Amino acid sequence: MSILYILWLRQLKRFSRSRARVLASLAQPLLFLFAMGFGFGPTFEKAGNGNYIQFLAPGIVAMAILFSAMFSGIEILWDRQFGFLKETLVAPVPRIQIVMGRALGSATVAMIQGMIVFFICLIAGFQIHDYELLPAALAFMFLIAMLFTALGTAVGSLIEDMQAFPLIMNFLVMPMFFFSGAIFPVGNLKGILHDILRCNPLSYGVDGLRGALSHGAVFGMGTDFVVLGLATLALLVLANYFFSKIEV
Amino acid sequence: MVIIASNLVKRFKEFRAVDDVSFEVEAGKIFGFLGPNGAGKTTTIKMLTTTLIPSGGKILLDGNDPQKDPLAARRSFGIVFQDPSLDGEMTATENMKLHAVLYGVPRSSQQERINSSLDFVGLLDRKNSFAKTFSGGMKRRLEIARALLHTPKILFLDEPTLGLDPQTRNHVWEYIQTLAKEKNMTVFFTTHYMDEADRVADEIAVIDHGRIVARGSPGDLKKNTASRTLEEAFISLTGHAIREEESSAKDRTRAMGRLWGRT
Repeated sequence: MSILYILWLRQLKRFSRSRARVLASLAQPLLFLFAMGFGFGPTFEKAGNGNYIQFLAPGIVAMAILFSAMFSGIEILWDRQFGFLKETLVAPVPRIQIVMGRALGSATVAMIQGMIVFFICLIAGFQIHDYELLPAALAFMFLIAMLFTALGTAVGSLIEDMQAFPLIMNFLVMPMFFFSGAIFPVGNLKGILHDILRCNPLSYGVDGLRGALSHGAVFGMGTDFVVLGLATLALLVLANYFFSKIEV
Repeated sequence: MVIIASNLVKRFKEFRAVDDVSFEVEAGKIFGFLGPNGAGKTTTIKMLTTTLIPSGGKILLDGNDPQKDPLAARRSFGIVFQDPSLDGEMTATENMKLHAVLYGVPRSSQQERINSSLDFVGLLDRKNSFAKTFSGGMKRRLEIARALLHTPKILFLDEPTLGLDPQTRNHVWEYIQTLAKEKNMTVFFTTHYMDEADRVADEIAVIDHGRIVARGSPGDLKKNTASRTLEEAFISLTGHAIREEESSAKDRTRAMGRLWGRT
């Protein structure tokens, strides 16, 4: 327990001490919120879909969590290059505890960033649909955070080279965000785009969050929860497996 | 015997970085592992300290097999790595605290032990500074203090005094020698400073091209090679050629592969 706690605490301290990182990670979601939210708002309304901010905000919260969680997961790579990883790898502690301590810390950090973006959405005019569903929203936020921390950890354990980082951002993180229904409604989609969306775990996170916060969920919040939960479990197993194979 | 390595082999593809290495270290002894760059020193230490899985052979650390029971093996040693392993975004105390928790140092004695370890390496007044603000020598001292925090039975030191001034180097070695004598701690170290090895090592093994080429006390090695200093003995054992060392085992493998046309 104390091992999970100290590794969790380390992630939180790193986050709170790096103000530049906090600001940088908030810039992108906010840009999307304001540029897209207010830019497409009138068109979205004219098409009969209601208030765009109401629709977009849960997607942007999910985005903030996705980026932060993936980044902290991949930070393992950073720790490896700067040497700290070795200190944890030679410690008489099962690697699963190291992975889980880190992951819980990173997920907490991602959730905090999601909350900050959520509060900014409230300031920008977002209205909570049903206060009783807020705990469900928090649960979805946590699942999204854990899922992508696990994915980041798996990826960060596999690659050794910092130069692979932009590759991952452009070919994994960005597509996951764009094909998640965070910025457009998925209900009327057909064909390959629809199939891609259904295969993307983030789609269920966005959908669940939207169900809990504003518009109804398209897939149903129960489905969202189950799919997200299973994907998180699977990725945690994968992250643990790849992490256990690290040699330094 | 606290450290036993028998017929240890590590292959990176075709290249044998460590090729059938065997040695034993007695409890309380200081064992120097010397060799030119790329000879296989660090690879051996990595296998001994469970971060690299041997391709063959057997290791026993204080009776524990690192492959069968890595946690028991890890509990028995502390290590100072060749390259830095601190978290620069944490303070000296926080780095120590994390280590104490990872190694299960009882909470009641953590603070006291951390303070006395920091005091020994002269960092107590900087205990709340971030590790990233430390000079190379200070980081080294902090790492040495950290490795000793859980009072390990075996201490692995991979070029521990690199970047330290003579004062600190002497200070560190005096302390390690005292621990070896009083607490019966076993020390396994590598270094490129031959005078240092001559002075502190009870026994030395010289490794070259992945094989042990000589063993014995510093005196024996000098006698057998008819040398006045250990440095002369070392050079007569390993030759004058300057070795190339790549940044990682993988790079080294590729370089060796190219050299021998095996890519």
